[in-house]
Amino acid sequence: MTIGLSSYLAVAAVLFTIGVIGIFLNRKNVIVILMSVELMLLAVNLNLVAFSAHLGDLTGQVFALIILTVAAAEAAIGLAILVTYYRNRGSIAVEDINMMKG
Amino acid sequence: MYQAILFLPLLGALIAGLFGRVLGPRPSELVTCAFMVVAAVLSWIAFSDIALAHEAATIKIPILHWLTSGDLDVTWSIRVDPLTAVMLVVVNTVSCLVHIYSIGYMHEDPHRPRFFAYLSLFTFAMLALVTSDTFLQMFFGWEGVGLMSYLLIGFWYEKPSANAAAMKAFIVNRVGDFGFALGIFGVFLVFRSLDFDTVFAAAKNVSGQQIHFLGGDFDTMTVLCLLLFMGAMGKSAQFLLHTWLPDAMEGPTPVSALIHAATMVTAGVFMVARLSPLFEQSQTALYYVTLIGATTAFFAATVGLVQNDIKRVIAYSTCSQLGYMFAALGVGAYGAGIFHLFTHAFFKALLFLGAGSVIHAMHHEQDMRKMGGLSGKIPWTWAMMLIGTLALTGLGIPGIGGLAGFYSKDAIVEATFAAHTPIGRYAYYLLIAAAFMTSFYSWRLMFMTFHGKTRADHDTYDHAHESPWVMLAPLVVLALGAVAAGALFHNFFIGEGYEEFWKAALFNGPDNHIRVDMEHSPVIVSWAPTLAMVGGFALSWYFYIANPALPEKIANLPVIHDIYLFLLNKWYFDQLYHYIFVRPAHWLGRMLWKKGDGAIIDGLGPDGLAATVGGLTRDIVKLQSGFVYQYAFVMLIGVTLIATVFALPAGYRLDVQDVLTHWFSKG
Repeated sequence: MTIGLSSYLAVAAVLFTIGVIGIFLNRKNVIVILMSVELMLLAVNLNLVAFSAHLGDLTGQVFALIILTVAAAEAAIGLAILVTYYRNRGSIAVEDINMMKG
Repeated sequence: MYQAILFLPLLGALIAGLFGRVLGPRPSELVTCAFMVVAAVLSWIAFSDIALAHEAATIKIPILHWLTSGDLDVTWSIRVDPLTAVMLVVVNTVSCLVHIYSIGYMHEDPHRPRFFAYLSLFTFAMLALVTSDTFLQMFFGWEGVGLMSYLLIGFWYEKPSANAAAMKAFIVNRVGDFGFALGIFGVFLVFRSLDFDTVFAAAKNVSGQQIHFLGGDFDTMTVLCLLLFMGAMGKSAQFLLHTWLPDAMEGPTPVSALIHAATMVTAGVFMVARLSPLFEQSQTALYYVTLIGATTAFFAATVGLVQNDIKRVIAYSTCSQLGYMFAALGVGAYGAGIFHLFTHAFFKALLFLGAGSVIHAMHHEQDMRKMGGLSGKIPWTWAMMLIGTLALTGLGIPGIGGLAGFYSKDAIVEATFAAHTPIGRYAYYLLIAAAFMTSFYSWRLMFMTFHGKTRADHDTYDHAHESPWVMLAPLVVLALGAVAAGALFHNFFIGEGYEEFWKAALFNGPDNHIRVDMEHSPVIVSWAPTLAMVGGFALSWYFYIANPALPEKIANLPVIHDIYLFLLNKWYFDQLYHYIFVRPAHWLGRMLWKKGDGAIIDGLGPDGLAATVGGLTRDIVKLQSGFVYQYAFVMLIGVTLIATVFALPAGYRLDVQDVLTHWFSKG
């Protein structure tokens, strides 16, 4: 089979799905959530670059760079929150974060 | 004048009732008694005007137009004819004397204004009943006296037994009143009017007709009269609806004298006599009246033989004498029945008030087994009770004369014999037996209370003292009536002066020639009640003076003991009714309360709704887990669904492209 646009799109979709599942199947580690978010952003990037290459339009790749920047900033802040949270609660188990339970 | 007779007691009741607390007990007593004295005097004037006068006079005084509803047009009017005049005299005289007596008897009671207000209010209701010109008015008076009886029996409402007795009286009366109300409905249905004159005039024409009732066709007049008589059975404590009368003795003794001897219980007798035009059209109804009356007379006398409470003996005596009155009415001797009502009011009120005097002297002891030897200590009371007993048992010599009860009771016995019907003969034998028993238990009461060695404890016996004159004076007045009323008035009520006296008040059907037949009674019939009375006296003297240990020995013999218990327990009627009516009523009430009201109405309504809402929310709350990632996941699912809806061809109908371009180009 030829490796065409659809392959790239399929890979990106699979990565995205794995990221989504990773968020809510995980119970042990908040870092896994951050990693899953990164995975989702990566999948979207892959989608944009694939379309850019297919359509010959540079807009997609430029947008992908912007997304990368945002992802980096967001990861930094997320980790900072995580560290502060750990210092206050002493645990990063996801199943313990239910203070908003009603 | 007639308005004054009717409304003065009401005025007295309102003053004492509404302002009693402000005025204090002594003014309340004086106001009500003064009004009653005026009313009593006016009643005697009315009696001489209406009854003793020669021309026919039925006075109708309209008071106010009460109601109009379709065919029904009721005006409140006072109707005074000889029958009314007799009742006015009876009610007002006895009520006036009871008011005066109560000043002494209720001397230490803190609630005197309320008592006197109730007494006067009762008198008003009774007067409304006897002066009524329509069925509706009579029903008002009927219910009014029932209500006042409830309030007065339960006067000492802190006593649970008094409350129970009051409820029993009202409820048993209610059963009778239900029949009475049905009868009134029937009368309106048949006659299209509740006015007495209209109904009486039309009664002959309805005589043979049929009415459809409870699924069958019956003779109209019989059905109506039987239903109306059911009311009389309840109000006058006849057999089957009698259970409330002995328990009504829980009320103060003046109440027993007024209501349960002279006035309220005679309302039934009055009603049947007043409705004589209706009853004369139905021989079946009259048959039942005699049957019930004679049975009551016999039954009550048997129970009265063995009672130990002085008031209960007199209560059963009243029940029995009422039976006599109905037996007379049933064979068509209306005059004799009302005459016995007239004389009975005097001597029965005398006996009750005398018993009250005894109870007052014995410091509220009512059990005769703890009395005895009082004739020396309370001579006036003894003398009055003696006169009352002689009047009740009918002391007299046929052909010559006697005390009041002699004339009226003997007239009734002669009437039942003269009826020459099987039921009349049944009544005759039962009434003779009842006369014997009446004499026995009346003298038993006298002997146990006043004679022999005392069985009271020393303190009570030493402190026994005569009642004050305010209590003795009414006794003297009643004693005069008990002695003289028979001799003075028998001519008018049942003798030669009958037509002149009664005029149109009592109706006699074309087949009713009881008065003529009564004159031709065989000698044995005339002497039978007197012989029975002497026999009862002799046996009672033997049992209670000559050989006081004998009654107890006899009561303990094998078969006699069971009969004794049967009589002492009032033929087990209370237990029977408790089993048949009270327990199912309680069961039904509990069922409707717990299951009907509690489980169904409350369960489906407020309680059920609240529980359902609570349950639902408890389940919904579980959605809010506190885990943010779950919330994020749900949001993602939602976004996916929306995207799917728009992506599918169906979503295209929403024209997403245009909408989105529209949004983004507007900028």
